[in-house]
Amino acid sequence: MAAEREPPPLGDGKPTDFEELEDGEDLFTSTVSTLESSPSSPEPAGLAEDISTNSNGPKPAEVVLDDDREDLFAEATEEVSLDSPEREPILSSEPSPAVTPVTPTTLIAPRIESKSLSAPVIFDRSREEIEEEANGDVFDIEIGVSDPEKVGDGMNAYMAYRVTTKTSLSMFSKSEFSVKRRFSDFLGLHSKLASKYLHVGYIVPPAPEKSIVGMTKVKVGKEDSSSTEFVEKRRAALERYLQRTVKHPTLLQDPDLRQFLESSELPRAVNTQALSGAGILRMVNKAADAVNKMTIKMNESDAWFEEKQQQFENLDQQLRKLHASVEALVCHRKELSANTAAFAKSAAMLGNSEDHTALSRALSQLAEVEEKIDQLHQEQAFADFYMFSELLSDYIRLIAAVKGVFDHRMKCWQKWEDAQITLLKKRETEAKMMVANKPDKIQQAKNEIREEIEEWEAKVQQGERDFEQISKTIRKEVGRFEKERVKDFKTVIIKYLESLVQTQQQLIKYWEAFLPEAKAIA
Amino acid sequence: MIFGFQTEFFQIELEEGLDDGPDFLSEEDRGLKAINVDLQSDAALQVDISDALSERDKVKFTVHTKSSLPNFKQNEFSVVRQHEEFIWLHDSFIENEDYAGYIIPPAPPRPDFDASREKLQKLGEGEGSMTKEEFTKMKQELEAEYLAIFKKTVAMHEVFLCRVAAHPILRKDLNFHVFLEYNQDLSVRGKNKKEKLEDFFKNMVKSADGVIVSGVKDVDDFFEHERTFLLEYHNRVKDASAKSDRMTRSHKSAADDYNRIGSSLYALGTQDSTDICKFFLKVSELFDKTRKIEARVSADEDLKLSDLLKYYLRESQAAKDLLYRRSRSLVDYENANKALDKARAKNKDVLQAETSQQLCCQKFEKISESAKQELIDFKTRRVAAFRKNLVELAELELKHAKGNLQLLQNCLAVLNGDT
Repeated sequence: MAAEREPPPLGDGKPTDFEELEDGEDLFTSTVSTLESSPSSPEPAGLAEDISTNSNGPKPAEVVLDDDREDLFAEATEEVSLDSPEREPILSSEPSPAVTPVTPTTLIAPRIESKSLSAPVIFDRSREEIEEEANGDVFDIEIGVSDPEKVGDGMNAYMAYRVTTKTSLSMFSKSEFSVKRRFSDFLGLHSKLASKYLHVGYIVPPAPEKSIVGMTKVKVGKEDSSSTEFVEKRRAALERYLQRTVKHPTLLQDPDLRQFLESSELPRAVNTQALSGAGILRMVNKAADAVNKMTIKMNESDAWFEEKQQQFENLDQQLRKLHASVEALVCHRKELSANTAAFAKSAAMLGNSEDHTALSRALSQLAEVEEKIDQLHQEQAFADFYMFSELLSDYIRLIAAVKGVFDHRMKCWQKWEDAQITLLKKRETEAKMMVANKPDKIQQAKNEIREEIEEWEAKVQQGERDFEQISKTIRKEVGRFEKERVKDFKTVIIKYLESLVQTQQQLIKYWEAFLPEAKAIA
Repeated sequence: MIFGFQTEFFQIELEEGLDDGPDFLSEEDRGLKAINVDLQSDAALQVDISDALSERDKVKFTVHTKSSLPNFKQNEFSVVRQHEEFIWLHDSFIENEDYAGYIIPPAPPRPDFDASREKLQKLGEGEGSMTKEEFTKMKQELEAEYLAIFKKTVAMHEVFLCRVAAHPILRKDLNFHVFLEYNQDLSVRGKNKKEKLEDFFKNMVKSADGVIVSGVKDVDDFFEHERTFLLEYHNRVKDASAKSDRMTRSHKSAADDYNRIGSSLYALGTQDSTDICKFFLKVSELFDKTRKIEARVSADEDLKLSDLLKYYLRESQAAKDLLYRRSRSLVDYENANKALDKARAKNKDVLQAETSQQLCCQKFEKISESAKQELIDFKTRRVAAFRKNLVELAELELKHAKGNLQLLQNCLAVLNGDT
């Protein structure tokens, strides 16, 4: 812990740096209350966590990026919890240069540039923003998925994607590297992470869904727009998936994840194929789980869990409804674009046949305007889909993962219950044996039962500990998830609205250009 | 104007301008009249539709006339007419030989509320499955749609009458005066099956004839040019009108989606426990407002573009009909000439042939003369109408886009400031 530095407690921070954070400060207090630092780490006063969840974070101008600071963290307007195993990454939706990560362990050390500690963009969801910041900023970790390439031919063909990682974390050997991965590799990664972390209560982000139809088209080599669309959709989904996964502090530490990101050769994950042995086993397990869920009657001692489950149920329903509406919008917008294009052609024809010169010209101009507007509609439909619709479908699947975690807790409880029941039975057996007095046989049996009882006592204790652990983990995870969700939605929706703004501005330009043409008809 | 509706499900009395829902129609009356820009309503004869009532199956129009002409008993009077009576009037013009040389103003299309009624019915049936506010929202929307269609049909009937009233010859027509003045039912029934069948055959014969007649090359350059032009123009306007229709409808569907998205966001906002609920509520509000603007864009496009094209589709057909009649009379004239030559050669029935030939000649010349003027006027009207509507379309699109932009920017400012 030698590298650990005491971060300036909330109240003592440089006042100037905190100016922007007035809104965020409410966030501080709420995060302080929901997060409990694990007993092993010291409790710094004024602990505060994720801040600046939006674009109104500390502006670059506030940061003094020069050598005048005495303290590494002079610009730190955000502080980090010092939970040792889990380091919550500082997240900002937009480059917030004033943030430096506090690294309590040697795991993560801020990379100091030659001159100044320019503030890192810790985690950015959008690649464009990352590219903007690319000069001289220190990243924590940033993932991109790009360059889909078809490898092979026929039914054995597959798409290979380039996974690029840029990071300042010292656990990676390089600061920037890329590898080639195929879709089943991603699925393999997810299944490994899920098998390790789901049952102890971590919300593991779900991988994108398989699509037999989509992939078959690509394999068969159809170079049409629907297969390029499919590939683009998948690429974006894979990128979001990885970004979410590395955002999770625990998962980030996982060696499988590191191997996925770093190593040039990865053993093929055959278990992810739907019709493989493992695939069928998965399906059977899923069915069994569903049945079990119906039969487990848990005595919920903690109202928090019941409440949260209900909330997630509601949220799930609402999101599905919203998603359906947004999908309809995407569909209609595409239709609108097609119809506008058709009209543009028709108007051009009409303009050609019109024998009044000025009117003919105006009609041709109208046709051009409509053609441009058609382009606009297409782009807007694109934005509708990739920003809004995909966000919603991602969250619908994430909530399914959250529900899964709650189910695991129930199973854990069941296990504990079962252990307790078994222990009780064993004790009863022992008691019965004590009463029945057959000295010769008994001693051996008594020893056996004694052993069993001790064994089950241990199991009960373990069960209780597990249950408490999973409950605690879930609470923390849910807290983190909710924060993420809020930030995600806000960021994406604001971006989406900005896309709408763009469209309107373009429309204004086009119609303003047309108006004089129309007026010129004499 | 006060419009009364009575549908199966809703009894609505809507005053123009009262709706605080999407105001589809403020430009509407100007819009359709603008399709015929040169309709000078002079003091001699002014016609308009002052009221309308929609009952289950029919629409009753109150036709109001103001006139200083001596032909009428009073200076100002009103009658109630139904759609069939308009058609009767139109057909009487078509069948009148004297008017062969004029472009007969196209008949107004039949009022068609079927689609709207269906939607209202579906809404009524689905009432149980949606929340109260959704239901109210959709009901308002459908009512506004119904009102829009209603106003449109009123305007189209009105335009027909105004065109007749503005035409120097047609306005003097006796049937027209009867139509305007006779304050009882004209006992015009819709055509029965037999008559409709007759019409159908008549049309077939006419189009076959039209093909034959159009084969005759015209000596007159002007008419030859007009013929080629109109043929092509008519087809293209038809196509453009259909495509424009589809475009406006897609636009409306997208606007409707905004409505549903707004509702869902609202639900999310009211149910969410985190601080994002304010955010959702604001965005939901934005979607509601932006939807109103999008709906108006769609409605304005419908009026300025689709309706314009549809109207000129009908008018160009009427112009084509005029050309057909002229060509027909030309053929008749040429046939009469041939007959005369034959008669002179045989020296039989010469006088008869001469008279017949003279009649044909007069008819042809009369038609040609007025047709020329009519076609020139048609062009002037058309150019003026397109100009007016395209300018208004562009202005409205700009207005709405700016409004939308402001809405979005305000909302973003609030959201960015808040969060």
